[in-house]
Amino acid sequence: MTLLTLDRISVTRRDRAVLRDITLSVGAGELVGVIGPNGAGKTTLLRTALGLVAHEGHSSLAALPEPARARAAAWLPQTREIAWPVSVETLVGLGRLPHLGPGRRMGAADRVAVDHALDALGLGPLRPRTATRLSGGEQARVLIARALAQDTPLLLADEPIAGLDPEHQIATMTVFATLAAEGRGVIVSLHDLGLAVRHCTRLLVLDHGRLVADGPPREVLTPDLVARVFRVSAHFADTPQGPVFQPLEVLPCPPSP
Amino acid sequence: MKLVLGLSLTVLALVTLSLLTGPAEVGAGESLRALVFGSDGPLGMVMREIRLPRALLAPLIGAGLGLAGAAMQGYLRNPLADPGLIGVSGSAALGAVLAIQTGIAGSLTLGLPLSALAGALVGVALVLVLAGPGGGALTLILAGIAISALAGALTSLVLNLSPNPYAANEIVFWTMGSLADRSMTHLWLALPLLAVGMALLLSLGRGLDALTLGEDAAAAMGVRPARLRLGLVIGTALVVGAATAVAGSIGFVGLVVPHLLRRATGGRPAPLLWASALGGAAMLTAADIAVRLVLPDRDLKLGVLTALVGAPLFLHLIWRSRGERA
Repeated sequence: MTLLTLDRISVTRRDRAVLRDITLSVGAGELVGVIGPNGAGKTTLLRTALGLVAHEGHSSLAALPEPARARAAAWLPQTREIAWPVSVETLVGLGRLPHLGPGRRMGAADRVAVDHALDALGLGPLRPRTATRLSGGEQARVLIARALAQDTPLLLADEPIAGLDPEHQIATMTVFATLAAEGRGVIVSLHDLGLAVRHCTRLLVLDHGRLVADGPPREVLTPDLVARVFRVSAHFADTPQGPVFQPLEVLPCPPSP
Repeated sequence: MKLVLGLSLTVLALVTLSLLTGPAEVGAGESLRALVFGSDGPLGMVMREIRLPRALLAPLIGAGLGLAGAAMQGYLRNPLADPGLIGVSGSAALGAVLAIQTGIAGSLTLGLPLSALAGALVGVALVLVLAGPGGGALTLILAGIAISALAGALTSLVLNLSPNPYAANEIVFWTMGSLADRSMTHLWLALPLLAVGMALLLSLGRGLDALTLGEDAAAAMGVRPARLRLGLVIGTALVVGAATAVAGSIGFVGLVVPHLLRRATGGRPAPLLWASALGGAAMLTAADIAVRLVLPDRDLKLGVLTALVGAPLFLHLIWRSRGERA
């Protein structure tokens, strides 16, 4: 089942092309990693898919009316904002807003979704704590749980694992992989290519606003592409514990044409 | 729920106390009987024409100001926001000042409040045009500050050039805010505006809750940011415009009340809207009783008292919350 279709998406800001002619679709069961250097357009791609950015071309999500879109896709922005000193449980419960009719309170199904999200991120013990007093990494996990509580077929997350410790980076990617295995779709942007290779079922590589590669990690991350897009050399090996990808050195800039 | 019930009972008790407060020394039972059933003497008139409008206007205006403050803080995600930020109170005051200066206030029964409402309308229209349909929170604040500054400068200009010292005196006292000598006509003028404005602001709870996670996340959760902002501006303009028109400038209620109740509502903006409406009603009714009890012969102004009590209270809250937000 297709959860998102982008057809010739282009975004121009102040006469600068941020995204150029991007066409792709994401189906159920996929954990898609969006990778690319800083400024390649990863965040803009995710926000455009959701219809939060003015664009040319067609996005199946952006075409939905707002309430329906909020039940079709959850969005975890990169900036971690928690404006008020609410409890962790209340904050995660905000993810249920799109499912509540006007003036309706949370019901049993909503509480189950919140419990499920809290458990998935191992946040049970933090439940009654005030979210604004948690550490940065803990806040990041609470916000991921908030997006999970929205319980949508598709989840888009912008650098969700940045700033987490190794345990929680791997645990979070495993949570996303479980969601995909359950038949949902997950799109994450990330900079850690090693984790991307190990957990994603598919990688999208963006460079200067163009989609330069799209496919399974092993086929996408060729030494040539890594050198051209990321300007680093890398070691890629298949081990008994799965694929290992380690960037090594910065490559010298090619002579300008 | 307990909080809402407690606050409602407090408001009811204070309104009753307000009805029983006044220079005429009459027993409580006798006063309330005269209010409900009327009486042969002047007591029925005193209760119905003098004390009743005051006892009803105070909680209504207080509720509006508290609610507008909570909504504004929720929208801007800033506990220092105040309903006066969008320039409505300043432009309403300018309208009132012009009415006093030109003599409209004296010659027409409702000349002053209507002129204040016209000022509020012009102010809010300018803010909406300046901020544009798609702008964010920052452009709204900047437009509001610009309009406030302009209205303030024009008010000063009117005072500056006023050839009539009595008008100038009246202007200064009016801007201090008061509910003394308001009639039922004032109540009927303000009530519909306050009711519509408060209903509009109360409907924003969901969007304000979602905004806790930032504008981007809220937009992806089905909140329409432009619609939320329009509701906030129009709701605040109706409430603050009507309040300023009948009672003058009353500060600090919209700022302090949401602050006092934030912890009790778990920090979430939606329940804080209801709580702040009731809290504002209680606070302004209590203040209006206090101005009659503290200096009964000197006509202490309501706005002066709320600022005198509100500012130290605010300082105390800042003192207590020091270091909580690193």
